[in-house]
Amino acid sequence: MAENKGILVYGELTNGQLAAITTELLGCGRKLADNLNEELSCLLASDMIDEASKEAIAFGADKVYTIEEPSLKQYQASSYIQVVEKVVKDISPRAILFGQTAIGRDLAPHLAFRLGVSLATDCLGLSIDPDTKLLLQTRSVYGGNAQATFVSKLVPHIATVRPKAMSPLEHDDSRKGEVIPTEIEIDMSQVKAKVVETIKEEISGIKLEDAPAIVTGGRGIGGAEPFNTTLKELADALHGAVGATRPPADNGWVPEAIHIGLTGKIVAPDIYIAVALSGASQHIAGCSGAKHIIAINKDPEANIFKEAEFGVVGKYEEVVPALTKKLKGILAS
Amino acid sequence: MSGINMIVCCKQVPDPEAPPSLFKVDTAANKMVTASDVKPVISQYDEFALEAALRIKDKMGGKITVLSLGNKLVRDVIKKSLAVGGDELILLEDEAFEESDSWSTACALAAAIKKIGEYDLIFCGRQSSDWDAGQVGIGIAEILGIPAVTLARKVEVADGKINIERVIPDGYEILEIAPPVVITVTSELGTLRYPALKGIMAAGKKQPIVYKPADIGLEPGQVGAAGRHIEISKLFQPVKEAKCEIIEGETPEEAGANLAARLREAKLL
Repeated sequence: MAENKGILVYGELTNGQLAAITTELLGCGRKLADNLNEELSCLLASDMIDEASKEAIAFGADKVYTIEEPSLKQYQASSYIQVVEKVVKDISPRAILFGQTAIGRDLAPHLAFRLGVSLATDCLGLSIDPDTKLLLQTRSVYGGNAQATFVSKLVPHIATVRPKAMSPLEHDDSRKGEVIPTEIEIDMSQVKAKVVETIKEEISGIKLEDAPAIVTGGRGIGGAEPFNTTLKELADALHGAVGATRPPADNGWVPEAIHIGLTGKIVAPDIYIAVALSGASQHIAGCSGAKHIIAINKDPEANIFKEAEFGVVGKYEEVVPALTKKLKGILAS
Repeated sequence: MSGINMIVCCKQVPDPEAPPSLFKVDTAANKMVTASDVKPVISQYDEFALEAALRIKDKMGGKITVLSLGNKLVRDVIKKSLAVGGDELILLEDEAFEESDSWSTACALAAAIKKIGEYDLIFCGRQSSDWDAGQVGIGIAEILGIPAVTLARKVEVADGKINIERVIPDGYEILEIAPPVVITVTSELGTLRYPALKGIMAAGKKQPIVYKPADIGLEPGQVGAAGRHIEISKLFQPVKEAKCEIIEGETPEEAGANLAARLREAKLL
């Protein structure tokens, strides 16, 4: 068997554009490939690809394998895995990077078990061991209470990477690369699940992932209503969005779509105001990329004060409205 | 479908809700050490998986076999699965199973499932509450050569088909699939019911079946640490420079207003 070489990024599209996570993976993959003096490839599979392959080159890919197939319109593990497996067999990469996204967290384990190799999910850091050339994969474990660096001798190494953990390169149209359209016959008899219906639960206002400021409430908020009043008013004053920890989502106070944490959304706003939440590691995993964390909690011992830059100890019902009022005054002046 | 056979994989983990200060790393051994007051529990996502199976049993009967892998599993902890309505408990319990990774765990569970032989639905949590890898359910499906549906928030059985609501970004999709299938369950499904006193009494009398590697046709070298595909080269706790500036005030309202002024001063606004 030929030696495994190069880094392959599994690319994703959002509304026809290269997804943010893919630009991050290309940024990280470029560094790994340069370090090894090997190529960086990107795989794009969808019903329509268009300009995204050029974008992938502008963000650092040397080669872009495109698979355009009507049957790839909707993600299904059993059809997508056939595409990835084929490209991996064709090019024998040293390492394959996926985003820790809805698709990546589903597809990567299928691939790892099918190839009989290893996988490290939700990685925060990737590097090449200078001596062994093996991929060092660092991820958070025990709900964020520790981190572990994993290494495997089996190739290809497969990793999924947490969104916003890596930085994309500057978009550069002058970068050179090759687009390689690839044909793959997808065996639809392998696709056992039938998608009956897709239901979108739209959230009004600014998307959490794009919000410059986020006001997040925890279990201590006590019910649904303050999320729409007290917290919303503060978020509005900052032109931001409202988020929640897992208990409010599990209790049905807020939609799951605004749950921030290890198993929810991963966000990295400029300002993150954590209100009446304890700061469990599982939650911090979703917001540790925030530039400034501000905590409001009546319990001075709450773990969130260990994460925060500024804090107020007090009941949120009293602290937050006063904060909002003063903020509005400051921002209006 | 009558007499539906369900298997639920449940992992015993240190209580993830315990304060972070109780989790320490033994750097010499590359192992996690939890303080003795951190109680073992069934991994929370596996509890949701068990609840998914129980809801199906409530409606149409069937049999729930609970599978757990590890060493020195605490009977009172793992027997909770019987107390809430599980019918049978099989433990893959041996020193050789210690320090499994996702690969060796999935291989052993799949081998045990093959031995059980009859299965329509295999439920797993979406990920464990300790290593959070989220691979074992899909791994079992790949080894058994059956489909996997991940992140289920609702599972129902009707006319021999399985209807699953699967969480996707900003919504969910409704899937229809024929058994056998592996289903991984997410927290939106709902928490596990409390055991009734009658259930606890009945569970107390039941004895789990214990399998060693040889009982499921595996060599010691295929399980636990020896069967791993990935090694831990370093386990550590990042040092945090905790320097939170607490903003005071005569009243909570004043503290709130002072916070706004301080944020302005620090040029955060």
